[in-house]
Amino acid sequence: MGHAGATEVKGVTAGGFAARSIIVGLMFVTVLPFITMFSAALAPSGTYPSGLQWPADPQWGNFFEAFKSASMDRLLFSSTTIVICVVPVAVLIGTMAGFGLARLAPRGSGFVYLLFVIGLTLPIEVVIIPLYYEVQWLGLLNTKFAIILPLIALFMPFSIYWMRAHFVNVPQEMSEAAEIDGAGPWQQFWLVQVPLARPAILSLAILQFLWTWNSFLLPMVLVETPLERTMAGALGAFQGQWGTNIPLLCAGSLIILAPSVILFVVFQKQFVAALLQGAVKG
Amino acid sequence: MTSFLPGSRRQDLRPRSSDRGRSPFVAWAFIAPALLIYSVFVLIPIGITVYYSLLRWNGIGAMQFKGLSNYLTVLTDPELLVTIGNAFQLVAYFTILPVGIGLGVAQVIRNHLSGRFGTTARTVLFIPQVIPLVAAGIAWSWMLASNGVVNQLLELVGLGGVTRGWLGDFDFALPAVGIIGAWVLLGLCTMLLVTGIAKIDPSLYEAAKLDGATGWHEFIWITLPGLRQEIGVCVTLTVIAALASFDIVYIATGGGPGQATTVPGLEIYRLAFAHRQVGLASALAVVLMILVVICILPIQWAMREPRK
Repeated sequence: MGHAGATEVKGVTAGGFAARSIIVGLMFVTVLPFITMFSAALAPSGTYPSGLQWPADPQWGNFFEAFKSASMDRLLFSSTTIVICVVPVAVLIGTMAGFGLARLAPRGSGFVYLLFVIGLTLPIEVVIIPLYYEVQWLGLLNTKFAIILPLIALFMPFSIYWMRAHFVNVPQEMSEAAEIDGAGPWQQFWLVQVPLARPAILSLAILQFLWTWNSFLLPMVLVETPLERTMAGALGAFQGQWGTNIPLLCAGSLIILAPSVILFVVFQKQFVAALLQGAVKG
Repeated sequence: MTSFLPGSRRQDLRPRSSDRGRSPFVAWAFIAPALLIYSVFVLIPIGITVYYSLLRWNGIGAMQFKGLSNYLTVLTDPELLVTIGNAFQLVAYFTILPVGIGLGVAQVIRNHLSGRFGTTARTVLFIPQVIPLVAAGIAWSWMLASNGVVNQLLELVGLGGVTRGWLGDFDFALPAVGIIGAWVLLGLCTMLLVTGIAKIDPSLYEAAKLDGATGWHEFIWITLPGLRQEIGVCVTLTVIAALASFDIVYIATGGGPGQATTVPGLEIYRLAFAHRQVGLASALAVVLMILVVICILPIQWAMREPRK
């Protein structure tokens, strides 16, 4: 921080000022949709508010009403359950496979890695139809497993790509030292590699949390009851329910996006790192 | 993406001889759980989509083998072709706007994004990446509504004549959806490019200045080549986001008015789950998958070898 501060002082020149103005402009464009949703959320429920206008009598109760009428408590519980089932499993098996492909590399693993990499560009719409019939056949339609299992599978290409890239770059000496001590691959993985990989694993977990929390098409197709879906999956249903009641719709949307934004602000350093590196590697 | 394809480099990454002698079972045990679930819920479904695409099937009754006739329909039916055309028009907004603006900003900012201001900027500009696309769709539907803030601003600058309900307008709905996508992707692209440009050796710019290069020359000869990889990443991500778009369109316009904003993803969903034309929907899905690959591969090749 101290060092960055020093260069900043030097940087405040004419160019620096122009640069800052542009960034401030971009920041304004970024937050404007939230500000206007906020002002609309405070207008009397059922009225048709106008763009950006602080209401004469702000209706804070709208948030309460949206929370209640959308059963946000159940929705939060449902989303959290799904995240808790998806992220640890996907991180664990993705990390194991990444390690296996990077370090143990058995014969034929090159082809397997290629199969995973192909999935990186796969639009979810391509598999949603068979997933529906498959999940139905398994008797899992309209259960949380209908969201959990496909999500874990869909996260594998990126997770394995990400973790393999990490393990490939860990110096060999580390595992060699462990080997001399007589550690097999399993001990080596847990005692040497996983602790070293903690930052990469944390970034992966953050990204997977976001993707799960924000998934939309998959929960919408595979689970009929909005309350059993993820937050974003349910929001689509509320749009139908509240479509004409803009204040409630805006209040509900703000509540639904609040958890991820709060988590983001708290862990902003890790999030930004994860999103930037995740994009470059993905 | 494909830059890490195994092959040339794998040999030196292999564990030493002591390890290779060990049973491959242990190695496969590490890979097996991921491969199993990935096969069941991704690889096999891809195969089934291809299989469905050859059928006429309403999802319940008997399946009827139709060969490639569904593909013929996808490639000739104007109602389906228009969805593919719309997806490519969205690429113009999802890709060109964020990458163009991001490059401009990166060039101007170079090293000015540090300290607390930089942290704040990064945090704010990333918010669209964190929220559900559905929420972005709802927020922007409201912004672009007839009494939304966009029209308010237009009236403020004396353009009251052009105001309208943007998402319900046959001519402007698709560009409006494109703007929403651009908003979502702008922060990520900008930050990627700004981070990338900070890694370019500043002495290159100083040398160019001494040689009397203009800002435009610096941009063409230093910034663009230096950001080759970051630009490739941005273009890849945004092109996939445009071609495979669903959430934003579903929420903001539902594909309307008419077919004005219908994209392949939405049409697949509708054909399969509303119109019960599973075969045709699957054929469109296969075409979408192939289109994405065709668009992505050249970008990957282009960014693969930085000429230095």
